[in-house]
Amino acid sequence: MTGPDQDLLVVGGLTVQLQTEQGPIRPVDSVSFTLEKGKTLAIVGESGSGKSMLCRAILGLVPARGNIRFDGRDTGKLTGREMNRIRGRDIGVVLQDPLSSLNPVMTISDQIIEPMRIHLGITRREGVERALYLLCSVGIPRPEERLGCYPHQLSGGMRQRVAIAIALACEPKLLIADEPTTALDVTVQAEILTLLARLQMERKMAIILVSHDLGVVAGCANNIAVMYAGRIVEQAPAAELFRRMRMPYTRALFDAIPRIEDPPQRRLPNIPDLPPNFAALPPGCRFAPRCPRAGERCRTEEPALVCDEDRNHRYACWFPV
Amino acid sequence: MGGVGGGCLGRTMKEEKNFNNPLLRIEDLVVEFPASQGRTVHAVSGVSLDIRQNETLGLVGESGCGKSSLARAIMQIPPPTSGKVLIEGVDLTQLHGRKLKEVRGRFQMIFQDPASSLNPSRAVGESIAAPLLSLGGMNKAERRLRTREMMTAVGLNPELHYGRRAHQLSGGQCQRAGIARALITRPQLLVCDEPVSSLDVSVQAQILNLLRDIKESYGLAMLFIAHDLAVVKNICDRVAVMYLGRICEVAPCESLYATPAHPYTRALLDAVPRPDPGYPAPDSGMLPGERPSPLDPPRGCRFRTRCPRAADICSEIRAELRDIAPNHEVACHFPLDVRPENGGFDGR
Ligand SMILES: Nc1ncnc2c1ncn2[C@@H]1O[C@H](COP(=O)(O)OP(=O)(O)OP(=O)(O)O)[C@@H](O)[C@H]1O
Ligand SMILES: Nc1ncnc2c1ncn2[C@@H]1O[C@H](COP(=O)(O)OP(=O)(O)OP(=O)(O)O)[C@@H](O)[C@H]1O
Ligand code: SF4
Ligand code: SF4
Ligand SMILES: [Mg+2]
Ligand SMILES: [Mg+2]
Repeated sequence: MTGPDQDLLVVGGLTVQLQTEQGPIRPVDSVSFTLEKGKTLAIVGESGSGKSMLCRAILGLVPARGNIRFDGRDTGKLTGREMNRIRGRDIGVVLQDPLSSLNPVMTISDQIIEPMRIHLGITRREGVERALYLLCSVGIPRPEERLGCYPHQLSGGMRQRVAIAIALACEPKLLIADEPTTALDVTVQAEILTLLARLQMERKMAIILVSHDLGVVAGCANNIAVMYAGRIVEQAPAAELFRRMRMPYTRALFDAIPRIEDPPQRRLPNIPDLPPNFAALPPGCRFAPRCPRAGERCRTEEPALVCDEDRNHRYACWFPV
Repeated sequence: MGGVGGGCLGRTMKEEKNFNNPLLRIEDLVVEFPASQGRTVHAVSGVSLDIRQNETLGLVGESGCGKSSLARAIMQIPPPTSGKVLIEGVDLTQLHGRKLKEVRGRFQMIFQDPASSLNPSRAVGESIAAPLLSLGGMNKAERRLRTREMMTAVGLNPELHYGRRAHQLSGGQCQRAGIARALITRPQLLVCDEPVSSLDVSVQAQILNLLRDIKESYGLAMLFIAHDLAVVKNICDRVAVMYLGRICEVAPCESLYATPAHPYTRALLDAVPRPDPGYPAPDSGMLPGERPSPLDPPRGCRFRTRCPRAADICSEIRAELRDIAPNHEVACHFPLDVRPENGGFDGR
């Protein structure tokens, strides 16, 4: 099944370095992964682990080192114009706060139609028709009444649907959804996740789904990558990961989720403290100061991301679970 | 109309049951806002609830259903349009000026946006101490000591964090500071409006554990607002489910989760994501249709436009809250799992 022609996105050694007052930091540090066509990769980690920065690097919106092959082309060799075209047409983006991805002073119809006119060269009339179809397919009732609306006239769930409709307008091969449901309540979250799963089936589109909650991505990701302090520390197919979490951090993230099946008032096993400051990373394993399994070696030598060959399961840990 | 007439019968029954008086009692609370073209936003429409000493009551419902409006009405910021807020029998809506301030020192609120309760241009420690200052009766040294105690109790380091500004703290640290600020007057009731909704899972777990510890060590009563039923179960003794300004179901945690009776509660439970790839993705088919607007709530049962069990009677007659099991109240003509001895309509 797998093979180079199945691969939509191949990322190798991607590193983002920023200058800060405290010195240079690397919020994305040697990240590598492969995303197949039509599949969903979830990227999970605590706040500040570098998830959004990784998305921005893939989109070419921050300077980064490393290789990115998208749909068979090395994006490092593309001109700015070509890259713009990929961003506008082949990759759709949905952000956590739909208000920040929507333009507050443009009507919904203009926001959907504009990119289609630029990238697909269609007429305004065709654009309106397609916009209606798109709004319909993201579950907006009576779309003709919404076309003339501005974003603030819609509820949060509705706005996120519109943002998804815009992201899908040019039939992208990849949708990057950065915490698309974090700002929404659980019923709308369920609706949006169901919607994404359906659209993916219909359109054979690949998705990068970013979240801080393993529970949210469990039901819809084919593959899950866990990020900690700028690095991928574990990655596996979803079923395999949930069957066996090797890296203590993944386990801890999972255990911290309150479960509806648990008895009331259960004390949650939480991870102590916070992720490290990028400007003062601990030596050895970056998770060592918070890790219950940490040993001597963890505090001096950084574990590499190793692959458990037969299962496609990668993890970086000296003392895996 | 409102909820004025219908609640009476239920209340006398409740009063018999509830011989130890609640700390907080809300009666027929109504919160309305004026909207354009002379219309009215019906944010809270006739809500009655009790919170007992040492009890945590959860309040859940979708965005816009009126949770924050209810919480703010309890705090009198602003006071409700009508209805009573009784703290140990004293009606806050009838108090003014100094007297109100005094009683209000006995309950405090924490907010969803952790930074919003902290003054961005002041040291965090000073923000935490601010309620003491407005309450009066303590000198500077006493205030400083109490502030340091409180910071330690919520897991902040007074040496490190007292002088910082809000933007120099992480989201979780801001929320800890908000909790310290709320607790510094030693309130009896803490109103928590979505205190963990903006935090990631690991910090959420830290804050939930902290709130549980604090509730125990200070003997607090809490109103805990959230939209995630799994979070609520983790911290509450009883849960009230709210839909479009009305309470649909109130029950102790155990029975609400084991035998939800209101179709809306069921839908909320189904929407909670399960951290398990084998579990089918949450099905939104339960809630077809659009959310109705609080400008123009449906007649009869407000949930009927999205309810899979709705029948003709639902659009004509509003179901009042009634007991279907001990301490388990539901407002529905066709509740789920009604056992025959409890009577009621059995339409399906
Ligand atoms: N412009 C910037 N300058 C300096 N540091 C930055 C900048 N933008 C982000 N960072 C830092 O990079 C790190 C990664 O940030 P990023 O936004 O990618 O995290 P995230 O995993 O998306 O977190 P969240 O879940 O909160 O969205 C953070 O520590 C952040 O403080
Ligand atoms: N000051 C106000 N003026 C006018 N309408 C208001 C005002 N405050 C709230 N509302 C409206 O009242 C309704 C209830 O809002 P409220 O903030 O209480 O909901 P909520 O349940 O807290 O929602 P969320 O989960 O999004 O915080 C909403 O329709 C809201 O738009
Ligand atoms: S390498 Fe050591 S510190 Fe790091 S996760 Fe594994 S056991 Fe924990
Ligand atoms: S009263 Fe009718 S519409 Fe309302 S929740 Fe019950 S069955 Fe549904
Ligand atoms: Mg982010
Ligand atoms: Mg609110």
